[in-house]
Order: sequence, then C-alpha cells, then structure tokens
Amino acid sequence: MRRLTPYLLILPGGLWLAVFLVVPMVFMASVSTQEGDVVNGFAQTFAFSNYTDALARYQTQFLRSAGYGLAGTVLAVLLAYPVAYWIAFRGGARKSTYLLLVLLPFFVSFVLRTVSWKFLLADDGMLLGPLKSAGLLAADFHVLQTTTAVIGGLVYNYLPFMILPIYVSLERVDPSVVEAARDLYASRAGAFTRVVLPLSLPGIFAGVLMTFVPMTSDYVNAAILGGPANTMIGNIIQTEYLVNNDYPVGAALSFTLMAVMLAGIFAYARVLGTENVLEAAAR
Amino acid sequence: MSDTQAGTGAAAAAPGLSPVPAIELDGVVKEYVARGEVVQAVRGVTLGIAAGEFFSLLGPSGCGKTTTMRMIAGFEEPSRGAVRLHGHDVTDVPPDKRDVNMVFQSYALFPHMDVRENVAFGLRRRKVAEAEIRRRVGEMLEIVDLTGREKRRPRELSGGQQQRVALARALVNKPRALLLDEPLGALDLKLRQAMQVELKRIQREVGVTFVYVTHDQNEALTMSERIAVMNDGLVEQLATPREVYERPATPFVAGFIGTSNLLTGTVERIDGSTAVLPLGAGGRVLVERGGRQAGDAVVVTVRPEKITISAGEPEGNLSAVRGTVSEVVYLGTSTSYAVGLAGGEEVTVFQQNAHDGITTAERGDSVWLSWQQQYSYAIGS
Repeated sequence: MRRLTPYLLILPGGLWLAVFLVVPMVFMASVSTQEGDVVNGFAQTFAFSNYTDALARYQTQFLRSAGYGLAGTVLAVLLAYPVAYWIAFRGGARKSTYLLLVLLPFFVSFVLRTVSWKFLLADDGMLLGPLKSAGLLAADFHVLQTTTAVIGGLVYNYLPFMILPIYVSLERVDPSVVEAARDLYASRAGAFTRVVLPLSLPGIFAGVLMTFVPMTSDYVNAAILGGPANTMIGNIIQTEYLVNNDYPVGAALSFTLMAVMLAGIFAYARVLGTENVLEAAAR
Repeated sequence: MSDTQAGTGAAAAAPGLSPVPAIELDGVVKEYVARGEVVQAVRGVTLGIAAGEFFSLLGPSGCGKTTTMRMIAGFEEPSRGAVRLHGHDVTDVPPDKRDVNMVFQSYALFPHMDVRENVAFGLRRRKVAEAEIRRRVGEMLEIVDLTGREKRRPRELSGGQQQRVALARALVNKPRALLLDEPLGALDLKLRQAMQVELKRIQREVGVTFVYVTHDQNEALTMSERIAVMNDGLVEQLATPREVYERPATPFVAGFIGTSNLLTGTVERIDGSTAVLPLGAGGRVLVERGGRQAGDAVVVTVRPEKITISAGEPEGNLSAVRGTVSEVVYLGTSTSYAVGLAGGEEVTVFQQNAHDGITTAERGDSVWLSWQQQYSYAIGS
C-alpha cells in the first residue's frame, strides 16, 4: 500500500490531464489529416497535404507571429529587468507590496484590459485626441492597427510573467557577493555584468520561456489592437476553426505551431540552459 | 594569550615605530537615520594600524566594529573624519579603487565560477596578463592548500575550503591590507582552532597587514598583535592582548575579556607603595598605590585563575577576603567556584585540577580567598 501512495497522489491530476489534454490532442492529431466539410462530415484520409498546404498559405502569418513573439520577448526582458532589480535590491520591507502591484492587472480580465488600451489609443481618444488638437501630432497619426500597437499589447499583457522569474533569481543573489566584486576592483557596471547578470540568467531564461510561447500563439492583441496587416497565426487558427469550420486545416496549423515552438525552445534550452554559458558570461 | 605573541606584538605594533601607518582612522564617525532618528554606529574612532600588523577589532555585536571595517574597505562612507591608507586620504575613494581586500563573513564566493576563476577575479579586473594570472593563482592555491581543486564550484567545497578560497581570492591581489569580517564564525570549534593557526601562518608567509573583526575574545587574544576593544561605537582600549587581559582600561573591557571579578572599595590607608582597601569582615584588598590617596574610591579587577582558596586566613602580605562557596563546577582541567562575599559581590575562582581532582571546598563552605598584590589591578590606572 505504502509503495502505491505516490501513484495514488498523482492519480487525480494525472486523470485530469489525460482526459482534458491527451485525449483532445490525439483527437486533434487525427482531425489534422482528415478531409471533408462540416455539412458532410470529415473522414480520415491521412491527408498530410493539409500540413504543407496550410504552411504554404499562412507562411507570412507564421513568420509574423515569430517576429512579434521575439520582439515582444526582447522588449519584455528590457522592461522587466530594471523593475525586478529594483524590487529585489531596493524594495526593502515593501517587496511583497510591489510584487502584488505587478500582479494587480491579473485581477482584471485580459480581454477587458486590452479593450481599454483600444480606448486609450483610439485615433481621437484621450491620449492622441488632445495631442492632435494641440497640433503636436499630425491629424492622420494613429497607433491602433499597427505593429507597434500589437507588440505593445503583447508586452503589456505578458510583462508580469517576465518580472516574476527574474525577481526570484535576483532575490537569491547575496548582496555581499556584489560587494565582493566591488572589493575585487570591479566597477559598478563590472559587478553587474560579471556577477549579478550571470546569476540572474536562469530567471531571464525562465521568463523568456514563459512569455515567448504565449506571445507567439496569442490572438487577442492582434484581434483587438491590430489591423488586417497584423494578423497572427493564432487569429488564423481561430478563423479556420470558428469561422471557416475547416477543422483539419486549423488542427494542422496548431500542430505545426506547437512543433515549431517546441523545436525552437529545445534549441534555446540546449544553447542557454547550461552552466557553461553562465561561466562564459562572467569572464 | 601566549607570552611570545604578546611580547613581540608590543614591540612591532607600537604605531610610533612605523613612519606611516598602513591604515589610519582619524576621528571617524558613522551616522545613519533609522525611523527618523539619527543613530551613531561609530562615534569617533581614531587609531593607526602598522604595516604587517595583525590587528583585531573586538567587541560585542552592535559595537561598531563591522561598520568600522566597512569604512576601511570603502563600503560605508564616514559621516565625519578621514580614512587614510599608507598616508593617502581614501575617505571618498570607492572600494574598487582601494588597495585593500576583504574576506566576508559568509565568504561571498561567486557561485557561478569555479575556484580558479574566483581567485583570478581581482587579477582579471586589473588586466593582469593571463600567464601571470595562472602563476599567481597557482601559487596562492598552494599556500591555502587547495591545489587540485581548481575546477570545483564553491558549493562543492566544505566550509573550511570555502573559507580558504575566500582568503586566496583576497590575498592573490597582494593588497596593502586584508580585512577579515568574523571569517571563522561559520566553522565548528575544531576547524576554527585549526584555521586560527592557519591564518597566523599565512599572515607570516605573505606579510600583509591583517585587520580582523571578531566578537570572540579567545580568537582576538590568540592571534592579534594588538586589539582595539570596541563598545557602543567607541574604542574602549587599544593594547596588546596581554595588556588588555591583565590591565583592562575600563570595567567593560575587564568584563568582556575573559571572566573578571570586579571589587569596589575605598582606600583606607597607604602602606608604602601599597594602597589598602578594607572589604567585608576582616578582608582587605591590596593594590599598587599609584597616585591614590586615602579616601579614594577604586574599582579593582582580579582574574579568577589568580585567586587561591583556603579554609583558614592566609598568612603573609596578601589580598584576602572572606566568603561562602555558592557553586562548584567541575570543568575537567580546572574547577570553577562561585564565592559570595559578605558585601554581596560574587567572585569567580578557577583552580587547576593538577593533583588528584580533590576539590578544596564544597558548596556552603566558609572560605578565604587570597591573591598577591600584583594581581589586583585598579581599572583606569
């Protein structure tokens, strides 16, 4: 009985995952090689051409999503790092308050917050309107329906997922280690690049994983803040499933996206996820 | 507390002998604001540390010893006063531009670097040539007995080994002075004693000025040439270990260093070069007259190991007081007695268990305590 206990403990969660993750995945994998339409039904024909067709048709959106995800992740690192650094080293007794503030947006729905960006950034909204009437901006200046708006929305929505892991890694850095670097003739900048930064790389690594994946597959920001030229692969998948009812193409796209991201992350982890990189960065 | 150390220390350490002290603190004050109130962590410290000296800052936690050291290292800026290294004012110089290195209490080794890179860190920052770095790191690892462990990470080393890496990492830069902040505090007793010997050996070998911060009086007494005993942000006494122990300048020093008995009395008469203080029924304390007159109040300290216990009144020209044994504690090499005097003072006495371990008194016995005049030391004289 005692030997079975660990297995019994994972049973509820394991069952949950099996029923709600594995079963639909197998089902969708099967759908992705079927042919037919909603009215007459789909039949399994092992049509792997679904994959090549989808990829050929939506290559632009795939590349755009990867580009947005990459740009958003880089921006998120640059914005999140100083915030995490400040909370970890200067937060003092109020650290948990600041962390709560970082998490506060999550108390409001994701979609609602993105829609409120739409109001804020509208062509004659509360931000651009006054600037335009003051003559500081051209009358046809706009933010919505641009790449900037979509990437801005992505960064805004996923920033906390970058701040938290970086904060955790910085919080673990013993301040006396930084003093030791200063004592051993490192300048302030040198102590940062050779000691603090390498020690916080695991946090950046985790933050990148936690933001790049959802940013790349996001569709809400492109749908609300973007225009026809900003369509991401997530929007395409949504349209194929819910508008065109072309389940096989939607499924093929989803699996392609998954495969591409898994491969990318695996490569990323192989390159950055080892201690040698930390060491090289510190020299 | 060995004789040789205290003896040589007195000669080598007198600041007057070296033309320019390695480290000089001149009226250094450190204030900080806590909850809207100005707190003085260091309230005016002036001292000079000679080149090559083993110097200790000794005191209880919160006495300002660590703050004082951090001002020498450059991590804290004095609110007032000046810090000079070899005659140069470095009060406003950041730590990376100061020719002193520090061994941190928690070692503060770089966890993402192996032993070699930890030790090489300072040399690399100073752009020393690679071949020279290899040579010096190798030499230093040999001195601290860590050859062969170059590729280990700090977390793969024992506490004592980490301690030695921290030492090597600082010493490899050939600093003008090495600052050590309670470096042995995290080690167990056996290892701590071994490291004390080791530190002395390394200091002799490299000849660098050591400034050693500790709250452990034994550590300070065994290793230092001179000790600054600090309390409440001030230096209470700056002297050789022997002097600090035998001739404490203040009641605080007498109480902090070792066990000490404090007896307060008034000079009754002067007998040649001896001042006589009556104490209790028939008791008397003899102390060197100095400049004292009859009627002066005097605080006398006498160390527990100097006192002899006897059942009857001792003969001869001795300090002698009466009391009742209230506690007997067997300590292996010695026995500790607590004796209550008639006036309410409690006196501690150590007797060597040199013979056959028979205690010379039992709890409740009425006894005489006696000691020679030279062991009475009037505080502040």
